[in-house]
Amino acid sequence: MNLSRNWLNQFVDVRDIEDKAYCDAMTDSGSKVEGYEKLGQEISRVVVGKVLSMERHPNSDHMFTCQVQTAPDKTEQIVTGAQNVHPGDFVPAALDGAHLPGGIVIKPSKLRGVDSNGMLCSMAELNLDEHDEPGKEANGILLLDATDADIGTDIHDFLDLTDTVVEFEITSNRPDCLSVIGLARETAVTFDRPWHLPAPVVKGPAGGDPIESYLKVSIAAPDLCSRYAAKVLRNVKIGPSPRWMRRLLCASGVRPINNIVDITNYVMLEYGQPMHAFDYRQIEGKTIQVRRAHNQEAFRSLDDQDHTLDSGMLVIADAKKACALAGVMGGANSEIVADTTTVVFESACFDGISVRKTAQKNGMRTESSSRFEKGLDPENCMPALLRACELAQLLGAGEVVDGTIDVYPGKKDLYRMPFEPEKYNRFLGTDVPVENMLHTLEKLECKVEDGIITVPSFRNDLRCMNDIAEEIIRIWGYNRIESTNIRAETTQGGRTPRQQFTYDLENTLIGLGFSSIQTFTFVSPKIYDRIRLPQDSPLRRSVVISNPLGEDTSIMRTTALPSMLDVLARNSNFNNESACLFEMASVYLPGENADELPEEKTYLTVGAYGKVDFYTLKGVIEQALRANGIRNLTFETAPEHPVFHPGRSALVRSADGTALGTFGQVHPLTASNYNLSAPVFLASLDMDMLYNAAEHKRHYTPLPKYPAVTRDFSFVCDESLEVGKLEEVMARAGGKLTESVSLFDIYRGPQLGENKKSVSLRIVLRAQDHTLTVEEADKVSNKICKDMEFKLGLRIRS
Amino acid sequence: MKEELELQALKEEALKSIEDESADMEEVRVRFLGKKGKLTSILRNMGSLSPEERPRIGQIANEVRASIEKMIQTRNETLKAKAMELRLKAEKIDVTMPGKAPAPGHLHPLARVQREMEDIFIGMGFSIAEGPDVELDYYNFQALNIPEGHPARDTQDTFYISDKVLLRSQTSPVQVRVMEKQKPPIRIISPGRVYRSDALDATHSPLFHQMEGLVVDKGITMGDLKGMLETFAKRMFGDSTRIRFRPHHFPFTEPSAEVDVSCFVCGGCGCRVCKNEGWIEILGAGMVHPFVLSNCGIDPEEYSGFAFGMGIERVAMTRYGIDDIRLFTENDVRFLNQF
Repeated sequence: MNLSRNWLNQFVDVRDIEDKAYCDAMTDSGSKVEGYEKLGQEISRVVVGKVLSMERHPNSDHMFTCQVQTAPDKTEQIVTGAQNVHPGDFVPAALDGAHLPGGIVIKPSKLRGVDSNGMLCSMAELNLDEHDEPGKEANGILLLDATDADIGTDIHDFLDLTDTVVEFEITSNRPDCLSVIGLARETAVTFDRPWHLPAPVVKGPAGGDPIESYLKVSIAAPDLCSRYAAKVLRNVKIGPSPRWMRRLLCASGVRPINNIVDITNYVMLEYGQPMHAFDYRQIEGKTIQVRRAHNQEAFRSLDDQDHTLDSGMLVIADAKKACALAGVMGGANSEIVADTTTVVFESACFDGISVRKTAQKNGMRTESSSRFEKGLDPENCMPALLRACELAQLLGAGEVVDGTIDVYPGKKDLYRMPFEPEKYNRFLGTDVPVENMLHTLEKLECKVEDGIITVPSFRNDLRCMNDIAEEIIRIWGYNRIESTNIRAETTQGGRTPRQQFTYDLENTLIGLGFSSIQTFTFVSPKIYDRIRLPQDSPLRRSVVISNPLGEDTSIMRTTALPSMLDVLARNSNFNNESACLFEMASVYLPGENADELPEEKTYLTVGAYGKVDFYTLKGVIEQALRANGIRNLTFETAPEHPVFHPGRSALVRSADGTALGTFGQVHPLTASNYNLSAPVFLASLDMDMLYNAAEHKRHYTPLPKYPAVTRDFSFVCDESLEVGKLEEVMARAGGKLTESVSLFDIYRGPQLGENKKSVSLRIVLRAQDHTLTVEEADKVSNKICKDMEFKLGLRIRS
Repeated sequence: MKEELELQALKEEALKSIEDESADMEEVRVRFLGKKGKLTSILRNMGSLSPEERPRIGQIANEVRASIEKMIQTRNETLKAKAMELRLKAEKIDVTMPGKAPAPGHLHPLARVQREMEDIFIGMGFSIAEGPDVELDYYNFQALNIPEGHPARDTQDTFYISDKVLLRSQTSPVQVRVMEKQKPPIRIISPGRVYRSDALDATHSPLFHQMEGLVVDKGITMGDLKGMLETFAKRMFGDSTRIRFRPHHFPFTEPSAEVDVSCFVCGGCGCRVCKNEGWIEILGAGMVHPFVLSNCGIDPEEYSGFAFGMGIERVAMTRYGIDDIRLFTENDVRFLNQF
């Protein structure tokens, strides 16, 4: 809402308050100011001048030397090239040192040898156009409708150019402030000034046929139209509205059109009540019917757009056709035109939700609809309608036909609630005096009598104790509230074990050289192809956004691996030689039907390229999990997975055999879909599973009292035999005495033969209750050799 | 008197031997003090001395022994120190060569700021509540006093899945979910992702993070809200930080406020970070609307509460001077390594 301070001053006099101070105070009292603009600042030293005489320029055939009276006792010689000026005309004269828009400064000069001490100005040179000064020649000098008394008057004063426009951000609960009057009320309470709202006066009676003989109004949809009021103007003369009105409209951001349309806009801005004017000629059957549109009903709005309506929309119709889309825009068929002679003024109240939906569906949010959709006050219809008629009389735009139509099915009682000053103070933590509260409420037109507040009809937002408390405190001053500490039951704060587990795991990974990332959870449906997910994969069923910004962000991901691959690819494109990353990534698995919430799961996704290989990743996973209470993991070759290299990926299981996730090198085909040529590694681990597998309690085992015995073995086996199998056999052979089994060397060489390897393992044996004897250790060694031969067919390497 | 002179001569001879650079101290010790050493042989002749002279010469002999021992010890220490010095010199390395420890990773700046904010509130007795990203319209809007057709729905252009399901446009639905399950006293924060259909540019993102807080108990006042936010602002932005409340409107709080913190870069005199305002808008806050309380089965006559919310990106961007929100999701390691 753009507010002209000139307009505001008609209701509350705050001329003595600087713009900045005004804006700050209004923001502090709840009407947020986005900014302000001083109008007419670019122009100075331009006055009303009278052309006394004109002579042809001696050295030019298109220029004139004019004597211009610029003050009662002063005449300047000014050379002009304009052809529309005559002696006796009043013109804007820019004097020596004048500033004009565009940074132009006027200085005395010689034009082809003749002195010129100023410049006569056109509309464009004063930043005006034909909407500001209708009927004036756009290309020549602006001829002013002035008299001798105006000579020397500053052009700002003569053309009403000085003003400050304040831009307010009005919140949706205060549609009453989308008006000069509403903001005047707020201004008056903010600065504690008197303000006055004159009741509009319509002169009459005019005689002749009363309104009933012109028009009958009925409301067929009272649920969507609580009130419909109308008056008729006859003998209308369409023409421009006066300058003061045009200036105020322009300052408010509304373009002047003609007197009738300008009046409706003026009243909308002043009262916050959208109005409409119909050309009476086009209303068939002398009837206005407020009804739901027919399905498929055609309608052309006055901006010449065609719309197809449905029964959810409300129209203002005559006997045959829709003439306006209620509260949104008028129809082309009943628009005010140059030869309109009879006008119907509409001032009505339509249901906010219906107007909002209609405007949305038809893609035309207007000044009118944006007011109605916030819920307007039906009590405002009549003053606004009368104000429009008062203005029509003032402007001489037409005669007001006697009588008023007012169909008002939705009249409501005023809302009442108790006045509870102690409660307000207790709730706010303040001690605002009761007199102060009463004064504020009175200024806001909330009557307080016998402990009961009567809320004015324009304040639908005042319904409970908190609402009144806010009114009191915003005027008293939010910043006068003393900061206090909560005096209440103490609460035990903190993270849940699961939240702590997640952070601990993140910290461990960071310590191991991996950085956390954050990615978008909505993705393109194409990601499933890029990671080569089979067409029948259940992961292809995603939660779909019905109104996405674009395809790239149109579904909720069911796997976070593509997001990680994207980030790795981007880093690779940036020529970053290595990247080691992880994300606690949410995925969304849809339920059976669209109204059901999906299952949201978190996966620890790890991704890396550069200074890593399969075993680096394996080590990181092992160590990160071990540090967080997940021990004794087992690894096996992962089942076929489109993302992973079939020979270089592993399934991780917890000690009890639960699958925790998969990791390994990315399948070369998938990697090439991301233009990643160097080996890339990924892991995906289910956080629920990890958390369940973790032993959160720490246990103490007494430190060993007896020494350990270490034995080393080397076995030659086929290349395909997994080391894990050998380790398993060896560990079992040691039984209770096994403390650890570890690989310390793998050897391949021609003497071993093709596809053979020598695996060297070390076993550490220890008893808790005595020092192991050589015999005991030998017994284990023998069992290891026997088991290796019996279970795996291996012989010790000699 | 011969013995006395012999002893003096012996002492001097020993001193010479000890000072000889090439001498082996053990050899010197044996030569002079050993069982077959020179001093011993002099002492062996003590028997021939008169009983009057014996103690005097014995004392001199002992002094000579002590001083030779002392000299050998001193010499030994000097030699050890020299040897150590040589060794240390030989062992000198180039400390400017790179360290070998593996580089640790980095916590994403948003996560870093989020954890910092969480820790401040945990210190004030808050727990962390979580809720789903894909949320019911009921929790995101209706229960928060934003019924269908409410104009506030316009200001948060929302992504819908179906008529009833959407991507939450704020973290406030978590408040409702908590209040439905938990009776007061309630003190929670709910950090998380939120979604709004804003096109991605340097300052807007269709996905960003908020942290919302909720306190409900008996006798909670708006002064308490101010006190708590002031404490938070001081912990987060520095002890000299001040806060400012401006009236605003949110459907789920009443009264509502926008909260500015004094610029932590310039302290309020105006700079580039605060766009010369001296203040940075960082929070929305207010007293929980009684409608929301009663929607969740909490009696607004008995309990009151406050709620507040802020954008984590905004805090991180002002904190670190990051000028493009897209950097957070680009995840360039050169960016991540800075945090």
